[in-house]
This record gives sequence, structure tokens and C-alpha cells, in this order.
Amino acid sequence: MTAYIIRRLLTVIPITLGVLLLVFLIYRVIGGDPAVRLAGKNATPAKIEQIRKTFGYDKPKFFNWQEVAKTSSPLAAFDSQFWQIVRQFAQLDFGKSLQSNQRISRMMADGVVPSLCITTPIFVIELMVAIALALLCAFYRNTWIDRTFVVISIIGMSISGLVYIMLGQYFFSFELGWFPVWGFEGVNYILLPVAIGVIAGIGGSLRFYRTIMLDEMYQDYVRTAFAKGASHKQVLFKHVLKNAAIPILTNVVVAIPFLYTGSLMLESFFGIPGLGRMTVDAIYTGDEPVLFAMVFIGSVIFVIANLITDLCYTWADPRIRLQ
Amino acid sequence: MTDTAANPAALAAKPQTLWSTAWRQFRRNRLAVICLGIVAIYVGVFLYAESVYWFARLRDIVPSYKVADFAARNAHPSAAHWIGTDFAGRDNLAQLIQGVRIAFEIAFLTSAILIPLGFLLGALAGYFGRWVDNTIIWLYSVVDSVPSILSIISISYVVGRGMKGIVIGMGLVAWVGLCRLIRGEYLKHKQRAYVAAARALGAGHLTVMLRHIAPNVLHIIIIVFTLAFPRFILTEVILSYLGVGITGEPSWGVMINDAKQRLWLGVWWELGGATAAMFFLVLALNIVGDALRDALDPKLKTAESSKA
Repeated sequence: MTAYIIRRLLTVIPITLGVLLLVFLIYRVIGGDPAVRLAGKNATPAKIEQIRKTFGYDKPKFFNWQEVAKTSSPLAAFDSQFWQIVRQFAQLDFGKSLQSNQRISRMMADGVVPSLCITTPIFVIELMVAIALALLCAFYRNTWIDRTFVVISIIGMSISGLVYIMLGQYFFSFELGWFPVWGFEGVNYILLPVAIGVIAGIGGSLRFYRTIMLDEMYQDYVRTAFAKGASHKQVLFKHVLKNAAIPILTNVVVAIPFLYTGSLMLESFFGIPGLGRMTVDAIYTGDEPVLFAMVFIGSVIFVIANLITDLCYTWADPRIRLQ
Repeated sequence: MTDTAANPAALAAKPQTLWSTAWRQFRRNRLAVICLGIVAIYVGVFLYAESVYWFARLRDIVPSYKVADFAARNAHPSAAHWIGTDFAGRDNLAQLIQGVRIAFEIAFLTSAILIPLGFLLGALAGYFGRWVDNTIIWLYSVVDSVPSILSIISISYVVGRGMKGIVIGMGLVAWVGLCRLIRGEYLKHKQRAYVAAARALGAGHLTVMLRHIAPNVLHIIIIVFTLAFPRFILTEVILSYLGVGITGEPSWGVMINDAKQRLWLGVWWELGGATAAMFFLVLALNIVGDALRDALDPKLKTAESSKA
């Protein structure tokens, strides 16, 4: 057990380094010279050179062999763009925003609460409704009730999330005036975004959980339970739901980073000052340090969430420890 | 393979192959057959749109869907303009048809990155195992750890807005699902007797991998493509909204985003048209993809998490 936990903990390191490498490759290598992007369209070569100097883009990308040759100390090889970011991020220093010149860690701390105010209710309501409906579908499987829900969820999945937001905001905020259109000042400001988030996401969730429940319905233990005379309700709630806990847990954890990154579109449509809107603004203004940090932190949260699930598995399903 | 699949009469004489049994299974699902018809209509529209585009381009004239008519800005749907016109008086229907072209081009070009990448890495990992497998698992775990929408945005943003950014962004991110499935299949197949027989007869690893095993996992590529297509379309809308989408051409994402401000002025037809055009294709592809999976490989776990 302890050996398993330690082994699992150690996998976090290569994955986190890999994520940092990937994000670094995207922002510093794949897209070409970041100084040219930051300088904008009509920049002079002098301006580009200056940006390169200020942000350290003139240093080698991975290993500074020139510096090693000059100072003959092997540690100088790490005086490069990549290792500088590793050092900074290890100290939770993400640099400053190009737009507001604020510390990015500070901006993130400010944005977390509004984001969670929107995403947590969406997440919880969607999960409960989807699981309840999925059990209903499993209970009435292959009847018109089940089929209706399947059709509705596929239809729901086939409409762009953006359309839900636009129509919801137009009808309920603008035409009917039931909710405020823009801002984040009280409970009534988050009701509509939450409702839209749930409606836009419920189709995919329901379909996913229904598949999980149906997979369980055809397992041997279900037949055994029926054979010994358990009622339909007992089988569903006592047997199927418990066994479906593991796949449900996986999906729940996969969704956790989205709690943090917030809903990009919901936040920017409804003017909620969270991390989602911060990311969208950073894309519009080309604020690369903010994007870099957001992508990296979002991934680290995912890695940690995954770790926690795996540890929960060993608790929920003792067979896993043996592997 | 599509030829035999489309012609049941030709099948009767042949021995039962995976494709013929799958087609019989698929045909039984009436809804899926209707949806396949819808997809076929869209393919027709795509070919038509492509010819309109190239006709104008080769002759170096302004294509009809870009002709602005400032006398008829934001016009209601009428006999002349079935779905009305947009803010510059361009015909919405013609633009929607070009949207079909953009959607298909995105899907094909993205798949041209995604399928070779996912297939090759998956095959190498599953077939060779050991350190190759470990490296590739590490690679896809890393890519998978970044919330997909954030990595797609990042790549599209650095590559620059437009078709290239979208395609490279989605292609470099979406291969993970295919890679996992192919890897699993190769793990299974490499222990089968026919692989041992081919090896014993002197076939090299590459031959076994590509000539002997690959045909047995081809159906997975088809399923993954069909199920990924609708996601490409929906992602394109988000990318357009975030300002890293298509430029200069009327994609559905661009139209929906343009309709954003005008919805408040009561101009609903632009949004309605684009949403409907998207909806039927995405719905049909979702249903066809599910039916294909049920017919070809019912045990395949393509049910990804509900959060894309």
C-alpha cells in the first residue's frame, strides 16, 4: 500500500516537468519568436531587440553551453529560458502581467473566488441531476423514457455552448429582464450563468453517466442480486450506484481543473471577474505571461486531482492495490 | 471498403467480413441510416461550396457569397435571401454553405495531423512495449494533463489566427484519444497467433505492424474520426469567439459571433441559420458515430469524460 502510494507520488514529477516543457514549447518554440509577437505588427527591429533583452528571450532556450565554456562552471548551463521558468515557477512566481503590470499570482488569487462561485454550483447541480437521470434511464432502459432522455441529451450536445449563452442572456436578461446582464455583485448575478452552464453541460454528462450505469447493469453481480430476489430499486441504489462510483469518481476529478479555469465564455459574457475572463482578456490583448501561467496551473491542478483519484481508488477498490 | 459497404448486393456473394456484418448491423438502426443520409447531403453541399470557392478563386473574381449589398443590410428572410442578409448585406444562405466547406476542411486537415500521429504513436507503444511504451505513455499523459481547450487556444494563438492555427492546435491535442485506443488494440493483437505466424515466416516488425495488424484496427480510425468531427465543429465556434478563429471566410463560428451584437437589435436569422446548419451536421455525426461504434466494435470505450 505505502509502496504503491510512493510510486504514484513519484509519477507526478515527470508529468509536471513534461507539462512545463510542453507549455514552454508552445509559447517559446512552436509559435516562433515571442518578442516579434509581443512587439506587434509595426515594430522596429530595435524595439524587438529591446523586448528580447527585457524578457530574457535572447538567452538560449534549454542549455547555455556558451556560458559553460566561458565560466567553466557546469551550473551555468542552466542559465537558460527554460530553467529560469522552472526556478521561478517552483517559487510560485509567475511574473507580471504585460497589461496591468500586476503580479500574476495576485491576479489568480483574486480571480479564484468569482470563478468558483460560478463553476462549483454548475458542477454540483449538473452532477446530481445527471446521475439521478442516468439512474432513471438505467431503471427504464430501452423504454420510451430512456430513449427520450438519450435523444434530448444528444440534441443538447449538438448545440454550441455559445448559442446557449447568447440566447439565455438575450431572453432572460434583455427581453424579460429577470436577471442582470452584466456584473458580479450579488447572488442574482450568478443565477443565470449557473442555469445556462447546467443546461449546456447536462446532455454530455447524462449520456456519459448513462453509459456507465448501463455497463454495470449487465454485470454478473446484478444478475445475482436479481436472482436472490432483490428489488429493482435495491439493485440500482445498493449495487449499481456503488459499483459505478469508480468511473463516476474519475469523471468528477477530470472536471475539477475546469472549476478553477472557470467557464471562459460564461465569465466573459456575464462580466464575472474570474479566471476564465482573465484568460480570455489575456488572449485578446496578447498577454503571454498570463496565458502561460494559466495553462500551467490548470494542468498542475489536473495532475494533482488525478493523483488524489488514484489514491481514492485504493480506498474504494482494494483490488487496485495488488497491481 | 465504402464501396462494398454501400452496395449490399455485392456482399451477398462474398464471405462475411467485418464490414459486411457491420453494415447489416448498422442498417438495422433506422435513425442512423437517416443520419447517414443527412451527412451525405452535407458532403454534397461541401463539394458544391468547394467548387463555388475555386471557381471564383481561379477566375480571380469576388465569389458570390462575399458580394456586399449595402442597400439590403440585415435584411429579413425573403425570396431573394432565404435566411436574410448580414451586416454588409451579404446573403446568409451562401455564407452558411461556405461554412459547410470550412467545417469539412477543418475536419479533414485536423484529421490529417491527428490520425497519423495518434495511429503511429499508438502502434509503436502497443507493439514494442517497454521503454517505447513508457515514453509514449508519458507523452500522452503530459498532453492530456493540459485542459484541452487551454492547449488548443495556446497553440492556435501562437501559430496565428486563421485556419492554420485552428488545425494545428486541434491536431496536436486531439490525437491522445486515438493513440490510447490503438495502443490497446496493438497490445491485444501482438499476442495473437497470426502475428507469431507472420514473424515466424520472416516478416519484419514494421511489416507486421503496418501490413498485418493495421488492417485489423482500421475501423477504430473511422469511429474516432466520425466522433471527433462534431467536436471540431463545436471547438471552432469557441476559438472564433476567443479571437483565434477563421479570418476572411464565413465559418459558422464567425457567423455566430458576428450575430452576437445584432441579436440585441432583433436580427435573429443569422444566429438561427448558423446554429441550425451546425446542429443538423453535429447531431447526424454523433448518431452515425455511435451506430458505427455499436456495429464495428461494441466494446470500444470511446465514451470520454463528459467535459471536453
